[in-house]
Amino acid sequence: MKFGILVNEGPYTHQASDSAFQFTKAALEKGHEIFRVFFYHSGVNNGTRLTTPPQDDRNIVNNWSELAAAHNLDLVVCVAAAQRRGIVDPDEAKRNSKDADNIAPGFRISGLGQLIEAGIQSDRLVVFGD
Amino acid sequence: MTDEMYDEEGGPVKKFLYLNRKAPYGTIYALESLEVVLIGAAFEQDVSLLFMDDGIFQLKKGQDTKGIGMKNFSPTYRALEMYDVEKLYVDKKSMDERGLSADDLVVPVEILDAAQVADLMEDQDVILSF
Repeated sequence: MKFGILVNEGPYTHQASDSAFQFTKAALEKGHEIFRVFFYHSGVNNGTRLTTPPQDDRNIVNNWSELAAAHNLDLVVCVAAAQRRGIVDPDEAKRNSKDADNIAPGFRISGLGQLIEAGIQSDRLVVFGD
Repeated sequence: MTDEMYDEEGGPVKKFLYLNRKAPYGTIYALESLEVVLIGAAFEQDVSLLFMDDGIFQLKKGQDTKGIGMKNFSPTYRALEMYDVEKLYVDKKSMDERGLSADDLVVPVEILDAAQVADLMEDQDVILSF
């Protein structure tokens, strides 16, 4: 089956991103296809490489990046939600005259159309959040 | 997708339900949900909006946000018609519990009882819950 995944909450404050990660990983291990993982609302905070959790805790951002590298996953951060919350890639930094970027490896910033497309193209769109 | 539909260009048309459950202010979910609806309208899918729980308050007439320094975005719901988003539903129980009636809302809506809400959800291809 082809899944689209929507993550609506940030890491650590809410279990949604952990659950989305575990679901995505399990689906891939079972041989399913992940069309795209879309990060919205504070879910965009899953995509900052500046996250530094305590050493004895899981690193959710790195988990996503590593899963993306292993399975060629498409991790998309919503541009409007990202701009509000300071998630920036090199292009966005240049465009908005910011002095830094923070996007984590494997993530890209794009528009909400990517979420709608995931809904259209996937057999199931699974939403993780409240 | 049993009875799959196609638009004029031959792309698939799916039934998208936006489920709005949260108050318009206090959290950003309602505003960012509306942003998805507006962007998603360009994809010419079969769109419905359902308001439940405190989500009913998103449609309340006479919102005044001056005191909290936020933009009153409730007029945008009246513009949805221009985006061909015309199927707006509210959950009767949620509305009754909050002492509201259709006259209190900024747009015309169809009022559904619990069984009709279940049928509406059952009928969808994609449910985006915010």
